[in-house]
Amino acid sequence: MVAADPGPAGDGMSSRGRVLGRVRRALADVRAAEAAADTAMAAGPGTGAGPAAEAEAAPPAGHAGQGDAAQDYAKRDYAVRDYLRVHGSRTAPQRVALLAENLADYRAHVHHAHEAGLPAVIARLLTERGAHRVAVPHGLPGDWLSAVTAERVPDSADLTARELDAVDSVVTGCAVAIAETGTIVLDTGPGQGRRHLTLVPDHHLCVVRVPEQVVDALPQALELLAPQHPLTWISGPSATSDIELNRVEGVHGPRTLDVVLVTVDEPPTG
Amino acid sequence: MTRIPLGMPTPPGAAPAFPAAAARSTQDATLRENLRHATHTIRAKRAAAVAELSDWAELRAAGAAIKDHTLRHLDHYLEQAEAAVTAAGGQVHWAADAAEAQAIVTRLVRDTGEREVVKVKSMATQEIGLNEALAAAGITAYETDLAELIVQLGNDLPSHILVPAIHRNRAEIRDIFREHMARWGRPAPDGLTDEPAELAEAARLHLREKFLSAKVAISGANFLVAETGTLVVVESEGNGRMCLTLPETLISVVGIEKVIPAWRDLEVFLQLLPRSSTAERMNPYTSMWTGTSHGDGPAAFHLVLLDNGRTDALADQVGRQALRCIRCSACLNVCPVYERAGGHAYGSAYPGPIGAILTPQLRGTASALDASLPYASSLCGACYEVCPVAIDIPEILVRLRERVVEGGAVTIRGTRAVIRPAKGHAAERAAMRAARWTFDHPRALRAGQRLVSRTRRLHPRRLAGPGRAWSDTRELPEVPPESFREWWQRTRGPQGTA
Repeated sequence: MVAADPGPAGDGMSSRGRVLGRVRRALADVRAAEAAADTAMAAGPGTGAGPAAEAEAAPPAGHAGQGDAAQDYAKRDYAVRDYLRVHGSRTAPQRVALLAENLADYRAHVHHAHEAGLPAVIARLLTERGAHRVAVPHGLPGDWLSAVTAERVPDSADLTARELDAVDSVVTGCAVAIAETGTIVLDTGPGQGRRHLTLVPDHHLCVVRVPEQVVDALPQALELLAPQHPLTWISGPSATSDIELNRVEGVHGPRTLDVVLVTVDEPPTG
Repeated sequence: MTRIPLGMPTPPGAAPAFPAAAARSTQDATLRENLRHATHTIRAKRAAAVAELSDWAELRAAGAAIKDHTLRHLDHYLEQAEAAVTAAGGQVHWAADAAEAQAIVTRLVRDTGEREVVKVKSMATQEIGLNEALAAAGITAYETDLAELIVQLGNDLPSHILVPAIHRNRAEIRDIFREHMARWGRPAPDGLTDEPAELAEAARLHLREKFLSAKVAISGANFLVAETGTLVVVESEGNGRMCLTLPETLISVVGIEKVIPAWRDLEVFLQLLPRSSTAERMNPYTSMWTGTSHGDGPAAFHLVLLDNGRTDALADQVGRQALRCIRCSACLNVCPVYERAGGHAYGSAYPGPIGAILTPQLRGTASALDASLPYASSLCGACYEVCPVAIDIPEILVRLRERVVEGGAVTIRGTRAVIRPAKGHAAERAAMRAARWTFDHPRALRAGQRLVSRTRRLHPRRLAGPGRAWSDTRELPEVPPESFREWWQRTRGPQGTA
């Protein structure tokens, strides 16, 4: 199934077998404790196995042999998750406002638009950034770029990173946005493009449909995302803390991040 | 006893013990100022970022519990991760030690026919000395993290987990860029100043060509999700995204302790790590990938699972909690010893409090340096307070000190062994044996105390012989004119003995 590297010492054992063997020997005390706990539990209730012991009691000894026992214990929760799912309760407008605030705090430029006005906002921002060539992912809603005069460079299988390096801007949507951390997440879905599309150009304009694409907190975002797709979480433009542990914006990723929060209802005032 | 080969540029066996190295670095005024400035900057920011979350304590407890559970079933989760990565189109390799990992990566790079690779900052590859091994095989590795670039250009060693060039201030960085960038590629722009934004721009220009032409990238990973086979890299600059996305082949070297059971567990660690590390609500870029994706990113993905002493640490019931570490570096930033001694004195990829407990467990305590690391601490406990996965660093330090002084059963490269006590502690052990005998013999204790009291004016201020080093930095306690037992006898004697 997998490429196992042959053991260098010619002892007939693969490195895989050696490492897993070491792990199992190192955990002999854990297996022994679990076997004892199982025996205690089998003896009936009230034998002193508290909640903590139960949480770690499974699986029955010898789970390394796979099978149902291993599956069984892996399904149980192994940590007390009494942390908060959301830090505070917010109305939808409050959630959007917090997203805007946190995006701006990390030097993203936040703009508001009504759906009908979105093409004009996108065109204006691209002009302001001096964009002559704009990368366009598959599945971007057709009218978003209707007012744009810059040359469009559609994503395609043979579009190389070097060609993208000669592109000024990229316009995308996103999969979800997180208010509490000021994060937008791309999952390469329609309107988002392959990963390099939003990486090589120096200016990224990302449109977030609010409030429906905005969640409060990180745990909610993870639930909405599928790990089968490559994911890129973006919180502000490229930055570094490598010089004297101070944050400086602008290294390898896009140095300018415009986020347009677009509503289908009336635009928020102010 | 054989030492675990680590492939560091300076063999640890030849490295000076921590006190000797620290004695030198503490005399470096620039270094101390750079470290003081940087660590104090981040301390206040981290405290503020953590204070934003009212459930920090619960997140911390959950983080510790998830990691503990994973470690207790590590074989299961490693096999699960291997199956998931393989099913998603990746290839999994296992490396029992640094030499095996070096050989695997070298072979994988050679198979592509390339002679150059770009690298994302990775503690695991630093630990195994991968760049040096690749160089010996005629392969040039370009570090792309800004701080790693500063270290590489300056022919230097990293001194911090998060910010490997923390020992350099902006003026030094400018000088390094001006002097050395041309040798590695695009030279520094004319008139480069020490403005951080300009320095970042210089790095951007220097590395852009490397990213666009690279065919092979090497990374580590912050997390490996067993359930889905997903790897996670948390970064700031975008160099990680470049390396993970643009090349045709991606090789990720990941310590076996980086595995976590489930996708959902990321909700804990992605809250703990950025706030502990860079004091941000969320770091600028987090990349997640699962195997290979058709037409997007590298067509070939190799995962190298690295042991290199981790299973030896796992075998110690106290020490194994060190494997919870998510490499945030918060413990470095609060440590009074690190702040003054600097990262190089720790003599490994892992400086600071976490290095003081991790390095002697990964490498053993056979060398003078590794045996001295458990003492590179005042046991003040600040590291434990800030640790996002609640590693009781002082507890492990004491455990390791016991191992150094007393010897005993350890696991070395997967084999149980009994190590002898360190030589340097003979006097301490003799003193403790004498004390044990004396306290067991009340008459001898009384006679001794009387003698010491009578001669108290004659005592030297510093000890002679093996005790000299101890009294170098300590005042000897003053001996009272009478012992507690004598005082009790004198004041309460009649009632007490009646």
